[in-house]
Amino acid sequence: MHHIGSYDERVKDFSWSISEQELGYKPGDNINIGWYCTDRICQMGKAEKIALKWEGIGGKEKEFTYNEIRILSNTIADFLTKLGIVAEDRVCLFLDRIPELYIGFVGIVKTGAIAQPLFSAFGDESLIVRLENAETKAIITQKKHVGKVRKIIDKLPHLKHIIIVDDNAKSPLQEREIAFEMENTPKVEHFECYPTKAESPSVLHYTSGTTGMPKGVKHVHYSLISQYLTAKWVLDLHDDDIYWCTADPGWVTGTSYGIISPWAMGVTQCVNDIGFSAEAWYKFIEKHRITVWYSAPTAIRSLMKAGEEVVKKFDLSCLRHLASVGEPLNAEAVIWSDKVFGLKFHDSYWQTETGSIMISNYPGMLIKAGSMGKPFPGITGAVVDPETYEQIHETGKIGLIAFRPGWPAMMRTYWNNEATYQTKFKNGWYIPGDRAYIDPEGYFWFVGRDDDIINTGGHLVSPFEVESALLEHPAVAESAVVSKPDFVNMEVVKAFVCLKPGFDATPELNLEIMNFIRKKLSPLAMPQDIEYIPSLPKTRSGKIMRRMLKAQEWGEEIGDTSTLEDD
Amino acid sequence: MRDEIREIVLDYVIREYMEDQDEEITYDTALISGGFIDSFSMVSLKVFLETKYGIKLPDEAATPEAFDNVESITDLVIEFLNKK
Repeated sequence: MHHIGSYDERVKDFSWSISEQELGYKPGDNINIGWYCTDRICQMGKAEKIALKWEGIGGKEKEFTYNEIRILSNTIADFLTKLGIVAEDRVCLFLDRIPELYIGFVGIVKTGAIAQPLFSAFGDESLIVRLENAETKAIITQKKHVGKVRKIIDKLPHLKHIIIVDDNAKSPLQEREIAFEMENTPKVEHFECYPTKAESPSVLHYTSGTTGMPKGVKHVHYSLISQYLTAKWVLDLHDDDIYWCTADPGWVTGTSYGIISPWAMGVTQCVNDIGFSAEAWYKFIEKHRITVWYSAPTAIRSLMKAGEEVVKKFDLSCLRHLASVGEPLNAEAVIWSDKVFGLKFHDSYWQTETGSIMISNYPGMLIKAGSMGKPFPGITGAVVDPETYEQIHETGKIGLIAFRPGWPAMMRTYWNNEATYQTKFKNGWYIPGDRAYIDPEGYFWFVGRDDDIINTGGHLVSPFEVESALLEHPAVAESAVVSKPDFVNMEVVKAFVCLKPGFDATPELNLEIMNFIRKKLSPLAMPQDIEYIPSLPKTRSGKIMRRMLKAQEWGEEIGDTSTLEDD
Repeated sequence: MRDEIREIVLDYVIREYMEDQDEEITYDTALISGGFIDSFSMVSLKVFLETKYGIKLPDEAATPEAFDNVESITDLVIEFLNKK
């Protein structure tokens, strides 16, 4: 039996108090995500249950029980406290998907500090803007990434501690660096979690903006209330499930549904820190007997590309529920998964700012392949007119997705940027920036973003950030960055570049620019295609018309060009 | 020729993708499935091979499996050099 039962009945009777009661939380109580993910589960008699099954590069494997993650997160929390970390300090996790990332997250929030996970493939430029903005006090990283931190340390006066989890003492530590080996540090059996309240900050995730630098999305401990119930009703996690969320905790899915909700539910979860290959992924599912799999359209399309023959080599009969997030899941992918796994992927929609799933296809509900599904019970979702922000009641008419604010996991502000936060609310609605329409049965259908942000493989890339970085390359005079269609990643980054005099558009320069951005920002932000043009289309006021270039890439109508600058 | 291509590819992979990493890689190390090179970075490796050897690697041939180690990449380069 699915946890959600009848969607329509849940909508009628909904209250967030359902989640509060199941978690044993009463308004006004302390609420600490770290305690809920470990201590509470142990107190419920699941201390010896496996919390994490991990596989890494080179065939490494580890398992941790709930009691072990409780003690190890205590040990990390104690270490941080003794370093001088106090409530609301920002502590960055800059790690691959190794156990220290997951358990370190819990340890940080136990101290009352704010966990700031960052994608470990970020280059030094991506790192510095996020650490600078957050005034991060400590960063937990590993040897392979410490070089990027060393490059920027002089520009970060607030960064007091660089904690290296796998130092092998082969080379001396540098200024502000300290070694901490989680499993070889004396264990701390008891750590008093900081008495955080509902509105105490818990997590700071950075997300890309169209025109400005990345924004730090502030979440609070009360977000657990949404994350717990959505995991229960959308992912349908049961006590005996073996769960795999393929998202990296450098992004919000990897924390909300890759750490917080599965552990707050006391479920066994699996993590692999190996690269993608269809065989490796199917083998991982078969080996660990994974039952619930939360993945992303990019991965699903890559599996489709690998073909059906490879699926037949493995016994995947353990799977019972599949879900997807990150970008719209195309109908073909849903039909394909039904054919090869006998199960349909259930698409879900949400974003960093919402903190938890907002619109979804639910177990037991009719799936319309290609649709986002319906709003989670308790969420008032609509499409609104892009000019007036009035609700559109007419079915099939495209508008902006909008939600009535007030769910527990909603972001509380953008870090040091309240003004931008306020612009997200119009006429009493929170506007995520995506376009959709609603069909007569109440299903939402994604149409596209309402801005220039590029969604590549489920990760948002800011054209502004890439253009700014391109300007630092000696050959680039100016550039415009847009999305171009891609079968696997939905969109990839394309750069239109105007060269400075004396530089020629050669394949070698192409490669040099690609690698320059890959190392400076991240592999996601690297232009996969570069086109050299003599000048960029601009408005008379000098603003680059990315819209025109994007339309060209997508084979769409260019639209109104009346404001275009004359040659 | 094979040995030379293999050396050039290995050297490039170490130089471009293994910065700050202690792990030693060989001709057989799983680069993509082993997590050393992600699918986005693979595109830059493809551009390097095309530029260096004056070949065009179509998407059907430039798969994560074909790029998974230096040996298989070398095979791919030789195959397309022979087609030139």
